[in-house]
Amino acid sequence: MSKMINVENVAKHFTLHNQASMTIPVFEGISFFLNQGECVALTGESGSGKSTFMRMLYANYICNKGSIHIRHNDQLVDIVKADPHQILDVRKRTLGYVSQFLRVIPRVPTIEIVAEPLIALGQDKELAIAKAQDILARLRIPERLWSLSPLTFSGGEQQRVNIARGFIADYPILLLDEPTASLDALNRQTVLDLIEQAKDRGCAILGIFHDQEARDAVCSRTFDVTQFQSA
Amino acid sequence: MTSSNQTRSPEQALLSVKDLAMMYGNRIGCQNISFDLRPGEVLGIVGESGSGKSTLLNCISAQLKPTFGSVSYHTRHDGEQNLFEDMSEPERRFLMRTDWAFVHQNPRDGLRMGVSAGANIGERLMAVGWRHYGNIRDTATDWLGKVEISTERLDDLPSTFSGGMQQRLQIARNLVTAPRLVFMDEPTGGLDVSVQAKLLDLLRGLVQNLGLSVVIVTHDLAVARLLSHRLMVMKSGHVVESGLTDQVLDDPQDPYTQLLVSSILQS
Amino acid sequence: MSQNTTASSYNYAYLDEQTKRMIRRALLKAVAIPGYQVPFAGREMPMPYGWGTGGVQVTATVIGPSDTLKVIDQGSDDTTNAVSIRQFFEKTADIDTTEKTKEATVIQTRHRIPEEALTEGQILVYQVPIPEPLRFLEPRETETRKMHALEEYGLMHVKLYEDISRHGHIATTYAYPVKVNGRYVMDPSPTPKFDNPKMDNCAALQLFGAGREKRIYAIPPYTKVQSLDFEDHPFEIQSWDQDCALCGSTDSFLDEVILDDKGNRMFVCSDSDYCQSRRDDSISPPVEHSLAQASQMQSVNSEASK
Repeated sequence: MSKMINVENVAKHFTLHNQASMTIPVFEGISFFLNQGECVALTGESGSGKSTFMRMLYANYICNKGSIHIRHNDQLVDIVKADPHQILDVRKRTLGYVSQFLRVIPRVPTIEIVAEPLIALGQDKELAIAKAQDILARLRIPERLWSLSPLTFSGGEQQRVNIARGFIADYPILLLDEPTASLDALNRQTVLDLIEQAKDRGCAILGIFHDQEARDAVCSRTFDVTQFQSA
Repeated sequence: MTSSNQTRSPEQALLSVKDLAMMYGNRIGCQNISFDLRPGEVLGIVGESGSGKSTLLNCISAQLKPTFGSVSYHTRHDGEQNLFEDMSEPERRFLMRTDWAFVHQNPRDGLRMGVSAGANIGERLMAVGWRHYGNIRDTATDWLGKVEISTERLDDLPSTFSGGMQQRLQIARNLVTAPRLVFMDEPTGGLDVSVQAKLLDLLRGLVQNLGLSVVIVTHDLAVARLLSHRLMVMKSGHVVESGLTDQVLDDPQDPYTQLLVSSILQS
Repeated sequence: MSQNTTASSYNYAYLDEQTKRMIRRALLKAVAIPGYQVPFAGREMPMPYGWGTGGVQVTATVIGPSDTLKVIDQGSDDTTNAVSIRQFFEKTADIDTTEKTKEATVIQTRHRIPEEALTEGQILVYQVPIPEPLRFLEPRETETRKMHALEEYGLMHVKLYEDISRHGHIATTYAYPVKVNGRYVMDPSPTPKFDNPKMDNCAALQLFGAGREKRIYAIPPYTKVQSLDFEDHPFEIQSWDQDCALCGSTDSFLDEVILDDKGNRMFVCSDSDYCQSRRDDSISPPVEHSLAQASQMQSVNSEASK
């Protein structure tokens, strides 16, 4: 089985320059790997840095030490050292990320937001829209909302739009930050089905699940970041 | 912190800026600026008023000759050309009205207020030799539609348009010659919020569909986040931090960037 | 006051010789670069700006005692402006004057080019109010100069485009822009576009003087002068449904003359010499109007339409 993500000896701290240059250590010495086709749950108590770690994998947060290799186009790219263009290409083709927040341009219709990752990959626009319709329907977003901006939606609906966007492009790696939070049972099951399907096609998934049941249903192992917390 | 990795790019840069400085006597306009802009890439330049971002924009768009350093552009036919050393003024001006576009903050600076919307859009076409009235008019009509202005307004003067419409007309006027590189100076400044959103949506769509490379100067971090791939943060004429847009905004390293990011009002 | 005492008080043709030399240099440069506006140090002339100070300086510079001068205003030889300029040179330059296009060696004009084809050796001097064709769209002189230098003339077509979009056709009827010798775009002053084709490949030397703006430009003999247009809206000259009510001409530029308060009107040649010579040649004039009355009206109308 090939490693899709390989993290070695990673450390993170925040320096608040405007608050007397206070340094907030988060963790250090993390090593971690993620194999093709497996789903790993990122665990740890609240504030232990799960989301921070995930954001580092997405290169959203800067890594202060160590390396994070991502398998991209059959090569391992160290996104700690990669230039912005490389990171953008890794995100475009390899690395999907479903965050807890939806950040979109106001007034853009939901259907276009969901189809966008496919269009960015050069897929035919009509096909991309059709696929977006499928996945939105599957996640029970009423069709009458598709032409509206998701910024007007409820929290649960926005979360499902985020999920639709993350799952539409068949990325080789998916990072899921609380994908089932604020979802009802029916929709939660749909998301778990989507995760199972992704695993079946070989997608490597790292997820943060507060919901024990969901975690147990899809994850084959857990990785606790608490042990690496800085003193 | 300035990312040092950008210059290693294997891919050909469209615009390449090296060690650029603009001095106004002893006063620094901007200094030590180096970056590459690739095809299809949107680079945001943020910073407060007086940080040197407009000076930088004017230098790299060949409107102001920098005191030091070089600005090179990958031309369609002659490969990479140093704007101020390899190219003559007529060549630069030709570039400005064909392959480049400049969207001003105030549409009045970018439009001819005395002639109709159609003539405004048609000007660049006529400047590159279009001499068929019907074709010019058809193309102008088409572009009016693309920027979501009713085609019935084709023969109206821009002074009868709202601020948002004027800004969209300015964009149409600029993009009609299918430029590859667009410079934007606070394109959403001075517009009310609902109009801003529509313009952002339009710009994003055009940038994506036309594969434009864009350098956009803005003090609005939300605009920068939504439009740009990469960000440069400027203060007192220097780039204090640069990198991926979301990285710079979500995990800023420089004290000034941290201050800037933490100063955003939450709505 | 006798003519001699007046004339002797001034240098020949009013301007001092240094000034004439300066203007001749400007003229030579203008001839060498057809259509290019050459700045010159225009002098104060004993007439107001707008009455032909530029043209008068050019005429004063090129004229000599052997010349015969014709002055026309709106095509007419007997309007105030034409008469006074003619008298000015009669007094200061000791020259013969004429109303006959054929006989003139130097013709100073405001607005019109004579209907009769000009010949080699003749000089046509135009009075120009605004020499810069790009001015109405680009107010900055620094920018218009650059546009001329770099041959960036797209803006000229913007003006024509605007015309068509407003009127359905190019409605510019005078000061219609032309490209001279395939290079410089030039404003033919307030000359009606009817006369633009006469500038093209003209046998005479054409000189343009703008007194207020202090610019001189020129079209050497036999130079290509092309009126700007669109492929689908080609350049056209004005035409009239009527023939000249006096001489019956079908192909000359006509002025509309109001005859009375009851709405009666007639169309007559604006070129009074051309009209007169056609009538002289013709055995039976085609009109029922009194010729005297019509001739009178012709000059009155020219005056009024200034």
